[in-house]
Amino acid sequence: MLRLEKRPQPSQVWTYLTPLLAVVITMIMGAALFAALGKDPVAAITTIFWEPLFGEFAFYYRPQLLIKGAPLVLIAIGLSLGFRAGIWNIGAEGQYIIGALTGAGVGLAFYPMESWVIFPLMVLAGAFGGWIWAMIPAVLKLRFGTNEILVSLMLVYVAEKLLAAMALGLMKNPEGMGFPGSRNLRQYDSAHNAELITGSGMHWGVVAAMIAVIFAYILLNRHILGYHIRLTGQAPRAARFAGVRPARLVLFCLGTSGALAGLAGMFEVAGPAGQVSIDFNVGYGFTAIIVAFLGRLHPVGILLAGLLMALTYIGGELAQSNLGLPAAAIQLFQGMLLFFLLAVDVLTNYRIRLSRPEVA
Amino acid sequence: MTLTKLLATATLALGLATSAMAQDKTKVGFIYVGPIGDGGWTYEHDKGRLAVEAHFGDKVETVYQESVPEGADAERAITQMALQGADLIFTTSFGYMEPTLAVAGKFGNVKFEHATGFKTAPNLSTYSARFYEGRAVQGHIAGKMTKSNIIGYIASFPIPEVIRGINSAYIHARKVNPDVEFKIIWAYTWFDPAKEADAATALIEQGADVILQHTDSTAPQAAAEKAGNVITFGQASDMGEYAPMPRVSSIIDNWAPYYIARTQAVMDGTWESVQTWDGIGPGMVGIGEISSAVPEDIKAEALALKAALADGSYHPFTGPLKKQDGSDWLAEGEAADDGTLLGMNFYVEGITGDIPN
Amino acid sequence: MEFGSINPVLLLASLMVAATPILLAALGELVVERAGVLNLGVEGMMIIGAICGFAVAVNTGSPVLGFVAAAGGGALLSLLFAILTQFALANQVASGLALTLFGLGLSALLGQGYVGIKPPPIGKLDIPLLGDIPLLGPVLFSHDLMVYFGLTLVVAIWAMLKYSRAGLVLRAVGENHDAAHALGYKVVRIRVLAILFGGACAGLGGAYISLIRVPQWTEGMTAGAGWIALALVVFASWKAGRVLLGAWIFGGVTVLQLNLQAAGIAIPVEYLSMSPYLITILVLVIMSADRSRAPASLGRIFHASQ
Repeated sequence: MLRLEKRPQPSQVWTYLTPLLAVVITMIMGAALFAALGKDPVAAITTIFWEPLFGEFAFYYRPQLLIKGAPLVLIAIGLSLGFRAGIWNIGAEGQYIIGALTGAGVGLAFYPMESWVIFPLMVLAGAFGGWIWAMIPAVLKLRFGTNEILVSLMLVYVAEKLLAAMALGLMKNPEGMGFPGSRNLRQYDSAHNAELITGSGMHWGVVAAMIAVIFAYILLNRHILGYHIRLTGQAPRAARFAGVRPARLVLFCLGTSGALAGLAGMFEVAGPAGQVSIDFNVGYGFTAIIVAFLGRLHPVGILLAGLLMALTYIGGELAQSNLGLPAAAIQLFQGMLLFFLLAVDVLTNYRIRLSRPEVA
Repeated sequence: MTLTKLLATATLALGLATSAMAQDKTKVGFIYVGPIGDGGWTYEHDKGRLAVEAHFGDKVETVYQESVPEGADAERAITQMALQGADLIFTTSFGYMEPTLAVAGKFGNVKFEHATGFKTAPNLSTYSARFYEGRAVQGHIAGKMTKSNIIGYIASFPIPEVIRGINSAYIHARKVNPDVEFKIIWAYTWFDPAKEADAATALIEQGADVILQHTDSTAPQAAAEKAGNVITFGQASDMGEYAPMPRVSSIIDNWAPYYIARTQAVMDGTWESVQTWDGIGPGMVGIGEISSAVPEDIKAEALALKAALADGSYHPFTGPLKKQDGSDWLAEGEAADDGTLLGMNFYVEGITGDIPN
Repeated sequence: MEFGSINPVLLLASLMVAATPILLAALGELVVERAGVLNLGVEGMMIIGAICGFAVAVNTGSPVLGFVAAAGGGALLSLLFAILTQFALANQVASGLALTLFGLGLSALLGQGYVGIKPPPIGKLDIPLLGDIPLLGPVLFSHDLMVYFGLTLVVAIWAMLKYSRAGLVLRAVGENHDAAHALGYKVVRIRVLAILFGGACAGLGGAYISLIRVPQWTEGMTAGAGWIALALVVFASWKAGRVLLGAWIFGGVTVLQLNLQAAGIAIPVEYLSMSPYLITILVLVIMSADRSRAPASLGRIFHASQ
């Protein structure tokens, strides 16, 4: 009988091998799926994984990978800190929305004034909005002992309703012929989160994501707070003896992840998306949870996982329009990739042993 | 090299390639906001795409992408189609206005067509349908058919197009039945079957025996069927599976003639940027068959109204008309201008309740 | 203000219908969470149930077979989640989210041939004498079978959790899986069964939408009902009776909001539809003072040799 035996240390080899293994399994299963749908499986797989990176129009898709991946990485980095310490913020989608609302709100309030201070103010407002929204589950957890998973999830719904109310009401573009949605921030220079180098895909959100990766790396490996986070996750009781103050950790982890999610929302609304609209959020906050786990909660892993997710999005879109694959097939394919990535992870932490059943 | 340059070079190369290929194949792209399987808005646009394929056969190649979120993802999807050599791209939702405009600025050789918007460029046209003409026919039938004198209206979002529809239906229902009353529910969705079913049920429970809908699913039809003795009208597509009762007629979005004509124009090299707003006459708005549940005389009147709308002898917004607050809008015999209609943000006199803001 | 045109009897009757899909799904999730597992894939399982039920009902002409297939489809999808979380020991939050993504995609593919088709009709179960009672009759006794099934399930799960040995074991596993394991209970087996049950219930809830409440098939038609079901379990503080109350409140807010609009009463729709979630948070806070709280092992990975 197959039995799992916990490794004393996570296997180094498997840590690197499992993601590759998962991608390969997904490619095989995906190819079977596409073949079943009557499409050329090899063409489909190469369109998804090869075309955006090295195809004819890669000069356009490579920057798009950064644009699509940046919010995922930025949010996932914040979430990973809490996840390591066993603090579960799954409401990043809500914090992302609120960050976009506060950020855009500041920008719209100044319209049509042009000044260099507006964008930095929007950045602060975005981070603050996300932070405040994440502080609600944090404070409730500390004060009343409520479960932060559930409160942060509930607040996603509240944020979505608030977004709709704003797009239809307060923030509606007065010159928009009555259609829902705010002014386009991309046509308002002081508030526009433009590409720093034209055609590179690099906007301030990408820069922020890079900085977040570096900071998270330093924090976790070099700083006492990072040590406390890791210790709390691995051995909560030992952490308490080591002088970790759980309350401070909750405030720090939820606050940081909220602020980063808020920043991501703000950079998105002021740049790629351009306006506050009812359907502004496309699930980055939830996808980032998956990215955080795919990246094994490690800053560099998250960076790679975020880019991989972005690749499947962009490659998937390409496969749709080039090969006529239905959007649903791409969604299914992404679901498969996640399943396999999660499933093979077991090899990192456990050894599979053949053994006789234990006598209980 | 900057992106613009790169894109320009790419477009140039593609432009050459496509013009060389133009003799054999024209590539037409479609960006859809929902899944093709929505049975309503996107479904009808895709029928238009299939009609283009059927009409031109080997001379065209069509590509599409469904469920494209409005915003950053839309810009990428449109760019991608342009990069892949599309000659003509239809973007079929209001929310694609800014992305389409942005991409059109980068690809001068590609023609763009944006549905329901109001921003144009030398290579960007807009097109929309005068659905309010169809609403006039619906209003007429509804006013004649109602026994409770209560007509329920499931509205989506408080935008000019929806408000135009409500006003047009109301004016023509009132004209044939002065006692008629409209109950309006704002569903804040284009497509949510469960919510639409609930909205229809709520209206029926409050006495409505006619349901008009400006949302895309057939859920209200099913709710009316369940209630019995309630009539409905198909929206976007014919919804003929609910005929003859409860569905007594429908407004059909018929994009096929327009899509075929514009594709032909690209093939002939005669494409120009235009703002098309077509109604029943050119066939962009279709009136689905009026079913046997409608008495013959009412059916004849409705068809006469349709004919008058089609040949332009009658405009649905013809004075004397007042606004809801009692102020004058149109004098005797005066027809509303397109500018006012495009930005319509008020009810006409007689409708109760406020437009939410 | 004019409430006159709202008929409270009909309002309550349609509330019962609106509450049923989320009630069924939430009851399933309640059992799952009581076993200490957090499955965020309810939306995915519901939509799979919606299409499986619809397809089978259309092809066989039998709504009953449709519901059976819906339960089977939901359970089958939840089996994926069970394998991932119970055998591969993957994180439950991530697995549940992946399940939703997978379910939405798969349902859309399966449903490609079913757009624009009407399912076979399902008769109302008009109970002869009781249905004629004024007021109570239309509210309580003139619904389809699934409404009563949902109500029966509430009682069954309540009784199971409170009085039966199976319920005791389930709760023990959810509260402290290590202790339960030490007592000789098969933690993994119990959890897998709970997950399958949750999947079947979610599937039934989805099929209720596609076969009775709407009834038709369209992509993404559950439109977030699965997420509401998750909120509902929390709102109910993991108690079956309160799930029913919560389903009426959550379903009721939508129905009431639409009815108020139809009656011509101007209401801020967005703010009203926020209220159930804010109430849920409030309930969570109050509950922490109360003794009832989340199962202690909720969302934690169990491995026997630890």
